[in-house]
Amino acid sequence: MNQDNKEPKLGIIVAGSLNKGIEVKLDGSASVEDVAVGRYVAIEGRRHRFLGMLTDVSLGVTDPHLTLTPPDTNDPFITEVLSGTSAYGTLHITPYLIIGGGASIIEGPQPVKTVPSHFSPVYLASDNDIELVFGKEDKDRFWIGNPLDMETKLCLNLPELVKRSNGIFGKSGTGKTFLTRMLLIGILQKSQAVNLIFDMHNEYGWEGTSEGSKRKVKALKQLFQSKVAVFTLDEENSRHRRVSTDFTVKIGFDEITAEDISILRVTLNLTDLAVEAAYQLQRRLGRSWLRQTLELSDEDIEDKLEGLNIHTSSLQSLKRGLNTISRLPFMQPHVDTPAVNELISYLDRGINVVLEFGRYKDITAYILVANLLTRRIYDRYRDLTEKAMAENTQPPIPLVITIEEAHKFLNPEIASQTIFGTIAREMRKYNVTLLVIDQRPSGIDSEVMSQIGTKITCLLDNERDIDSVLSGVFGKGELKSVLAKLATKQQALIFGHAVPMPVAFQPREYGSAESYRSFTDDAGSAEQAAKDIEELW
Amino acid sequence: MSTEAPQRAGEIIATSTTDFTAQCYELYQLPPLGSPVKNGDAELEIYAIVYNATTSSIEPGRHPIARGKDETSEEAIYHSNPQLEKLLRSEFSALVVGHKAGDKVHHYLPPKPARIHSFVHLCSPQEIRDFSQSLGFLDIIINSQLPIPRDELIAACLRQISRAYEDADSFLVLVGKRLAALLSDNFSQLSAILERIKQ
Ligand SMILES: Nc1ncnc2c1ncn2[C@@H]1O[C@H](COP(=O)(O)OP(=O)(O)OP(=O)(O)O)[C@@H](O)[C@H]1O
Ligand SMILES: [Mg+2]
Repeated sequence: MNQDNKEPKLGIIVAGSLNKGIEVKLDGSASVEDVAVGRYVAIEGRRHRFLGMLTDVSLGVTDPHLTLTPPDTNDPFITEVLSGTSAYGTLHITPYLIIGGGASIIEGPQPVKTVPSHFSPVYLASDNDIELVFGKEDKDRFWIGNPLDMETKLCLNLPELVKRSNGIFGKSGTGKTFLTRMLLIGILQKSQAVNLIFDMHNEYGWEGTSEGSKRKVKALKQLFQSKVAVFTLDEENSRHRRVSTDFTVKIGFDEITAEDISILRVTLNLTDLAVEAAYQLQRRLGRSWLRQTLELSDEDIEDKLEGLNIHTSSLQSLKRGLNTISRLPFMQPHVDTPAVNELISYLDRGINVVLEFGRYKDITAYILVANLLTRRIYDRYRDLTEKAMAENTQPPIPLVITIEEAHKFLNPEIASQTIFGTIAREMRKYNVTLLVIDQRPSGIDSEVMSQIGTKITCLLDNERDIDSVLSGVFGKGELKSVLAKLATKQQALIFGHAVPMPVAFQPREYGSAESYRSFTDDAGSAEQAAKDIEELW
Repeated sequence: MSTEAPQRAGEIIATSTTDFTAQCYELYQLPPLGSPVKNGDAELEIYAIVYNATTSSIEPGRHPIARGKDETSEEAIYHSNPQLEKLLRSEFSALVVGHKAGDKVHHYLPPKPARIHSFVHLCSPQEIRDFSQSLGFLDIIINSQLPIPRDELIAACLRQISRAYEDADSFLVLVGKRLAALLSDNFSQLSAILERIKQ
């Protein structure tokens, strides 16, 4: 148990409970101003070493007179004597792990089942502690950033991460996109999974922008040319942005099903009856139902809709909606090779695909396309996985699908109907998981939220969003104060399945030449990286 | 332990478990208020803190009378009345705060009190430093019943002790913190003492 504590001692434990956390009285030499919530601390108990997170800081006095007649603070002697004695700081610590002593010596860090004894000294956690818990950068572990106020690399086990669906949250401008881009690189390099990214704002494929410096930052394809393909829905726009694309996606009318319409109910402003009508029409008219419905003239209606219980107003409502869809420039009456086939052929080869939306940032297009393609891909993954199980063959490469504005797909109203709801709920039964990005997590169905394995959240300030992200998490109240105090940019809190305990961290810097080098360096295949870089400069 | 001969401060004329009174050999040769003194031998050395001093007539019934009407200075009075040195005496009282038995310093009362006619010596700086390694003696002073204000005594004692330290400031901060813990529920007493020991 006698680890060298090179880090400064903060104080000693004076009270606490496992559920409510531990109170630490600060030593006179340590100032409350030197510590910040979210920091990791190590507690040297009598038999175990504990690791916890600093979740609150407060000030106390031993005698209330002190607050009524404060001492002469200009006198350094008086101030020095009183601080830490009569007037002291208290730290509130949520204990998470036992990292030394007992079973943890053999089995590694263990969840806490007790608290350290009275008067155990408390230190800032050392680099060693962090490394012990989160591991070193290696073939599975990807460096995502540094714990707040620490130099240590915080690493994430990516094969473990992609076993579940994950979420990245935070209000606008807090760094979700930067964080996601970095995580996608990690997944690409170390998870043994392949990415499909529905890139609403064209920032993951070729390049994105950094709002601070207004400069461009490289995205996946620039860094990992041979491992990434860029698909586009808007060829002209991509060309305009000088992105070399691998495939232009067109969607045929006959690829659209009533299900696709049903999840667009809100965005297309359809009535329930209009959605119901779509199902009926599809049943009656078959694959070409959309085209036929659009072409229905008033005379045909009687014939074609005979026996169907569709009200004219519902039909009108539906037709308006279908018209909106059919006017989307990437829609065509018929497409010979459906985009999904091309997509799958890339994914099968382990090539990551970014689908750019170009100018079609309209949410209707995004939901429609993401949902439609994902459903096809999912069907195929399901078939392949089932086949693999039955015939004992190789299952498909695990797939991670990234979607933005996730609450549009996963709100309580439609989460049970969309393919994304299904994927989120069933974990990775068929080797498909999600990476959802959202700035309004409270809009996501709570059941889906509870299935999200690992959550990374930047600053959130809406109470409901905070609640929804933290619901069901141990130490929720305490994490809330950590979350609410994150910086407005480039700080995040990660917790859940892939991390042994929550960590507030500063994501790796992204955008400098050096950062690109560090990303491409640990690609493993150093040669390929070098080649990629050579081609770039 | 210091090798120079310890300076004798007086001879004990009254004694009890908790304190003793000693008479000085020379009139007014009193150890300062709060100074650490010792009594006894290597077997049992008693440590005490000077908390009171008096100078009065040798005979209880006889009060000193004013004699300086025609003199120009105080010294002149003593010069013209050499018998005064014999008629007056200086005494000091010290509160027992610990003892040393063999090599070990204890910050609690000794098993037996000092003896009448035994000598009282000033403690050497080394002895003071050894004794004040632990600040347990503060407890005894805080909890004693004395004719003088305790805050005054504690402050005087700490000022005296701090002189044995090269870095008196750090020592005072250290004891200040210890006092703050002992007086955690009495901030006014604490600040009264701190005001008296700050440099
Ligand atoms: N890891 C990082 N490295 C460098 N800069 C960063 C990083 N994270 C955030 N930033 C800076 O913060 C800005 C906002 O980040 P980002 O675009 O990722 O926010 P966002 O949460 O995706 O916002 P929105 O909700 O509007 O899409 C970036 O343009 C960049 O300047
Ligand atoms: Mg963004």
